[in-house]
Amino acid sequence: MLITCPYCGPRDVSEFAYQGDGNRKRPDPASTDPETWNAYVYDRLNPAGAHNEIWQHAGGCRAHLAVVRDTLTHEVSSVRFAREHGAPTHGRRKSGAKA
Amino acid sequence: MAEYSALSLLKNALSGNRDWKPAWRKASPKPSYDVVVIGGGGHGLSTAYYLAKEHGITNVAVLEKGYLGSGNVGRNTTAVRSNYLLPQNTRFYEHSMKMWENLSHDLNYNVMFSQRGVLNLAHTPGQLDDLARKGNAMRHLGVDAELMTPAQIGRRVPGLDMSRSARFPIYGGLMQERAGTARHDAVAWGYARGADRRGVDIIENCEVTGFLRDGDRIVGVTSNRGEIRARKVAVAVAGSTGRVMQLAGVDKMPIESQVLQAFVSESLKPFLDTVLTFGMGHFYVGQSDKGGLVYGGDLDGYNSYAQRGNLPIVEEVMSEMVALFPSLAPVRVLRSWGGVCDMSMDGSPIITTGPLPGMYLNCGWCYGGFKATPASGFCFAHTIARDAPHELSAPFTLDRFSRGAVIDDKGQGPTPRLH
Repeated sequence: MLITCPYCGPRDVSEFAYQGDGNRKRPDPASTDPETWNAYVYDRLNPAGAHNEIWQHAGGCRAHLAVVRDTLTHEVSSVRFAREHGAPTHGRRKSGAKA
Repeated sequence: MAEYSALSLLKNALSGNRDWKPAWRKASPKPSYDVVVIGGGGHGLSTAYYLAKEHGITNVAVLEKGYLGSGNVGRNTTAVRSNYLLPQNTRFYEHSMKMWENLSHDLNYNVMFSQRGVLNLAHTPGQLDDLARKGNAMRHLGVDAELMTPAQIGRRVPGLDMSRSARFPIYGGLMQERAGTARHDAVAWGYARGADRRGVDIIENCEVTGFLRDGDRIVGVTSNRGEIRARKVAVAVAGSTGRVMQLAGVDKMPIESQVLQAFVSESLKPFLDTVLTFGMGHFYVGQSDKGGLVYGGDLDGYNSYAQRGNLPIVEEVMSEMVALFPSLAPVRVLRSWGGVCDMSMDGSPIITTGPLPGMYLNCGWCYGGFKATPASGFCFAHTIARDAPHELSAPFTLDRFSRGAVIDDKGQGPTPRLH
């Protein structure tokens, strides 16, 4: 499986770290609705076919990528920088935030 | 007289083996059943068997989209064990182990259950402490576990690199002697035959295409072989859980389908009489009765329904095998394949009523479903027949995630590829 990094070009999948389902949207941190958080943490679309997902080119330029990949054929149809795509909204620290 | 016995072998030999009955009928779907089980894998077949045997519910159909044994029941690496840390898991899998110990007799079908032991290796003192803790947790619940020294391991498994200069030296291991392997196809065939003889219809090449509803209630399925109505519809489709639940309008589940690869080597003379797992990475190996090494490692680590994986995992698995057994470097791989695993968010299964009225769900087996086959069917049949969970499967209901009662044996959190 090759993923074409928009910065580095086509690279082997072993250079990339899978960061999971790209459809998930982190709820507003101020939200206290348990159902919303439960859905965010545990529920997945898990489609057979085109899947929005986040990969990081961990063994390369380290960019986070928004990838559309077919889970039936492993064919990658689209790769964009995640920051342009507006994802990932989970697990990303705001710039300037304390560690 | 049991259908398979020394006497029946002799009798059929004398008559030229022309009178054996097929192990199961080629049933055609009836318009309606008490229970329809979707999925003719190990769990679906054992569910049907125990519905008939334990609960007297014989008006049952098992719908299989391919042929029996074409899914994960024929794709796993055949290990059977009950070496878990958390008590919910240990109790459930130990019940399964006890059922395995009597399964060939119960089914009158030789599933070739071989208690050759499963040995987990430790490669650091910390890891050995962790295995000791797990062994103590198991013994506390009456399950056998024994900590082994490097000297004992070296004697038990010749060929292992026991030297201090190994890339990951072996510090010890945890052995469960009662664990072992079983012939996976025979498990499917044995349960299919047992269910069939009790009146269950096993319908192959029957793919479910949708669900019949009466209001909110599920009252049957549509399939490529027509509509089949049922008072209760049970779903046991492992890696296809997401697809089937979407047909029922349940778009999201705490499940990701991921691919796990497995490998068989060319035949070797017997040298490995136990199942071995590597602790520095993820690798497990046993030797089949034909002599081939049956082995595997980690998931590929991304969503997939493809039943085939990619090369990085192949390379990783082979390098792990050679790190343990340097002498196996020249051995050739005979074949490899992939299976789609229903990875749950805490690494533990789901056996539950619902999530829709009239529906029952059995999924989330990650890549450990084979060893659970007897207990899974036993508990799922109880859940379907009584509309309430069996005591052993009560912790595994779907609502455990929202209740904060997850059963995460490895403590990995909701990242399925790490379980």
